[in-house]
Amino acid sequence: MALPIADPQPRTRTLKRRARRQTTLQALPWLAPALVLIFGVVVFPVGYMIYTSFRDLSRFGKDRGWAGLDNYDRLFGIEHLPKVMTNTVIWVIGVVALSIGLGLVLAQFLNKRFPGRKVLRMVIIVPWAASVVMTSTVFVYGLDPYYGILNRFLVDIGLLDTPFGFLKNATPGFLSAMAVAVFVSVPFTTFVFLAGLQTVPHDVLEAAQIDGASRVQTYWRVVFPMLRGALVVATIINVINVFNSLPILKTMTGAIPGYDADTTTTLMFKIIQNDRQIDTASALSVINFIVVVVVIGIYLRVVRPMRED
Amino acid sequence: MSTVIDRPVTVSTVDAPRPKVRERKRWGLTVVGVIVALVFLFPYVIMLVGAFKTRQEILKIPPTYLPHNWAPENFVNMWGTPETPLPWNLYSTVVISLGGTVLALVAALPAAYYTARHSFRLKVPFMLLVIITQMLQPTVLASGLFREFVTLEINDTRLAMILVNAAFNLSFAVWIMHSFFASVPKEIEEAAWLDGCSRGQSLRRVMLPLVWPGIVTAIIFTFIACWNEFAASLILLPTDTNQPLTVALTRFIGQYESAWQYVFAVSIIGILPVVALFALIERHLVSGLTAGGVK
Repeated sequence: MALPIADPQPRTRTLKRRARRQTTLQALPWLAPALVLIFGVVVFPVGYMIYTSFRDLSRFGKDRGWAGLDNYDRLFGIEHLPKVMTNTVIWVIGVVALSIGLGLVLAQFLNKRFPGRKVLRMVIIVPWAASVVMTSTVFVYGLDPYYGILNRFLVDIGLLDTPFGFLKNATPGFLSAMAVAVFVSVPFTTFVFLAGLQTVPHDVLEAAQIDGASRVQTYWRVVFPMLRGALVVATIINVINVFNSLPILKTMTGAIPGYDADTTTTLMFKIIQNDRQIDTASALSVINFIVVVVVIGIYLRVVRPMRED
Repeated sequence: MSTVIDRPVTVSTVDAPRPKVRERKRWGLTVVGVIVALVFLFPYVIMLVGAFKTRQEILKIPPTYLPHNWAPENFVNMWGTPETPLPWNLYSTVVISLGGTVLALVAALPAAYYTARHSFRLKVPFMLLVIITQMLQPTVLASGLFREFVTLEINDTRLAMILVNAAFNLSFAVWIMHSFFASVPKEIEEAAWLDGCSRGQSLRRVMLPLVWPGIVTAIIFTFIACWNEFAASLILLPTDTNQPLTVALTRFIGQYESAWQYVFAVSIIGILPVVALFALIERHLVSGLTAGGVK
């Protein structure tokens, strides 16, 4: 920008002083639309949800008054709740750990230069951009034991003797859904690690090389420690996303009777949709919300995203 | 560089045939790359092929890999099936996505500009609120949102979903545009003022071209997020004509009978536009999504 700047010093200083005088009141018109949306559609529903979890609601949504801890009693009285909670832990830890591992490998690969690398980057964003419901329905179809094309493929390449009903029972269904969850989480994870790898300075790698470090040593002792920030961010954001994930299990294992393939999130939706118990669902949502808040707290403590401002 | 570790220059001057070895190795990586690409594309290939199969063929046992009779008429017939009023579903998706994007942008733009240019006492709490909102999803608040919209009597309207989408995508828009505004030196704007530009003129002529990529990223990302939204729509929009494509799609899948050819045809038109848009903003996404956590 070749704009003439006539001694900006005094002007800058007066501007700074003026800026310091800007009160919150002056900022308000600029922030008001955002604040209205955040308070109206995020903060208020949190409050309303907590309030609802202590109310007694009819199946048609009529508020029948104070319920004390009845909804929580009913929630913790659900006999399949322990199983659902175990599932949730397996779901989150399994999907996130696999996504992180595969994302690390894939990022390392994409960080190399080879013909077609740009095209591959574009290909990998497809599962990230595509609707998760639409992606999962392909697997619902493909894994069908009768007309499923993936089943036929697995038989044709000799991995299976006969087609298998992956989504007919809870355990294989849940594991298949985990695989799909990993599939849709890997692209984002990979790109976070790619961004992290780009911050590793080249001369550091050269220095390691000159010092006689092997490639494995260079990776684990030099590159990996520098990816710590990316690792923390990718882990936490994935934990939040995977914990809140509804469409994959809803489409893939939703038709299996019972609750053996449910997480707390899908259970909450079943309580709303099948049982129409908004009050009990709210109690479970409050528990889920507390989990999310704890994860956000860890994020803010470890990553400290505000440190630059 | 073909590998992370590059040999010192002195070695390569002695080692004459090395470039060739390196070249071969790179093409070796391309082969691996093709395999990786196939792994990430196969569900969408199944989708594309399935969209062109007839109803009889897609339910055939055993299944065929490629259609014997290509059925492009699926893309026409899907608009008038008894399962779901698809024209309305597309209309809903478009209205909710456009509405949500416009609303999110209108709310985010002034906030992003102001927080990048001015410091004020509640700036850190405000940005903190933005980051916390980014990590919340409508899924966990579904019952609260449902209760709120029932009370406000806008449950089962597209307006409700426009509000939800705008609110939950606002933070990404604020954050990404904030970082673009903040990267423009204040001096450039001040120079424009000194040259006699009004505040509006300097915004339009000087700032806008510089932050345009950030605004485009915010617009496209919000639009895609609205387009793909599923969980809140599922709870908040029970009427079939209000439902977006993501929810309507599941209506083709019945317990006994499924119209997979329509599921896939709808998915193709639901996925193609967003993938194309997504490719445009890929470079800027990580910085916005990780709220500055990866530098």
